[in-house]
Amino acid sequence: MNNVSDITLDALVAEVLKKKNDGWRFVTLSCTELDEESCDILYHFDKDLASSHFRLKAPKATPIPSISSVYFSAFLVENEIQDQFNLKFDGLAVDFERTLLLDEEVTTTPFCRYGVSRANQ
Amino acid sequence: MKTIVPFGPQHPVLPEPIHLNLEVENEIVTGAIPAIGYVHRGLEKLCEIRDFNQMIQVCERVCGICSAIHAQCYCQCIEEMMGVEVPDRARYLRTIWGELHRMHSHLLWLGLFADSFGFESLFMQCWKIREKVMDIMEATTGNRVVISVNIVGGVRRNLDPEQIRWVLSELKFVEEGVKSVEAALLEDYTVKRRLKGKGVLTKEDALLLGAAGPTLRGSNVAQDMRQLGYAAYGEIGFEPVVEPDGDSYSRNKVRFRETLQSIELVRRAIDKLPEGDISVKVKGRPEGEVYHRVEQPRGECVYYLRGNGSKNLERLRIRTPTFANIPPLLTMLPGSELADVPVLILSIDPCVSCTER
Repeated sequence: MNNVSDITLDALVAEVLKKKNDGWRFVTLSCTELDEESCDILYHFDKDLASSHFRLKAPKATPIPSISSVYFSAFLVENEIQDQFNLKFDGLAVDFERTLLLDEEVTTTPFCRYGVSRANQ
Repeated sequence: MKTIVPFGPQHPVLPEPIHLNLEVENEIVTGAIPAIGYVHRGLEKLCEIRDFNQMIQVCERVCGICSAIHAQCYCQCIEEMMGVEVPDRARYLRTIWGELHRMHSHLLWLGLFADSFGFESLFMQCWKIREKVMDIMEATTGNRVVISVNIVGGVRRNLDPEQIRWVLSELKFVEEGVKSVEAALLEDYTVKRRLKGKGVLTKEDALLLGAAGPTLRGSNVAQDMRQLGYAAYGEIGFEPVVEPDGDSYSRNKVRFRETLQSIELVRRAIDKLPEGDISVKVKGRPEGEVYHRVEQPRGECVYYLRGNGSKNLERLRIRTPTFANIPPLLTMLPGSELADVPVLILSIDPCVSCTER
């Protein structure tokens, strides 16, 4: 993968806003669990068929600022990540509170190998 | 007075379940909140227990309608990770079957769309034409929908000269059939009244909301992942189909024109089809990460794969085009009449099983 730059939680929203102002189209996020403590989130953007990515190492215990205030379309994938990885996005435009894909009675987070459950929160 | 009208998950125009809470005031929609999750299967998770070759069959089942293109994208990702050079003939064959998939998907949608505004004979006519495309796929691959031709390193089936002649002759019937419905789909007074100026998505909104495929190109944005030149698209000449108005009629017209374009692309690919092998032997296991995009009938499809050198992938992430087109749909709906909602929803060609995986 080319054109990947690391980003921190503090700088995330401001950097994403810069992307938007530079005319980049938001594509999606890709989240991968790294270990018990953290996940790797890639923010994918497109401009005239060129791709650019931000890589955020997100601690599971710390809420991540939502970028849905910058790109409204991000709310859907951020909700999906909440469902699958038990991460929390702050300031979501529409927050399904982990019921976008899963039923309310599901207490596990299916994409976490370490079996984090909602009951542990 | 504001009222909440539940739309779906079961509705006559919806082939798959999706729910919308429509905020309505005097029959005019003022807001919409989606609810999905009725057909979520957790397919991405299977990469942890199925090896990277078995995952081709899983990816084909993300969506039946564009199964070949899902498998193609996945295989291209693995090939990029492992540095595999696919034979030229395999790249062209992938293009041919990919375009046949686009044809049958668009014809299926054109029929469903016609049905959504009450034109049942047009629905039947479109599906009758589509059967010819299904016949071609069955004759060349053994299956009608999930054709399973892609493997890591190429394709598993070839086309002989007799099959190629037959495919070209069948495509003439498909082309004539598609042209025969043009007047009804694009010129009919009632159709125009139901579609023109309905569900307008401006170029700026389409880009800002991350729209994909015909929904994006129907809003005057000339972007199609086939412009990236994967498979044989860089060698057979490809220009995206664009319509300027951003309404349901434009999206309808883009798909109609793309159906004819797909026929032409298959002809060009057959014309330039190189001789040679259709696959190479692949050794090793995928390692590293790759981000890849292809153009499915509904739009840009994104695959992100991460491998750690074992037979199982660490992560498989799929962003399908309908997932990208839901936020634009939420912008199209406010201001529309309640009676137009089914047509507007269908105008993005929603595939819910794709979206939820």
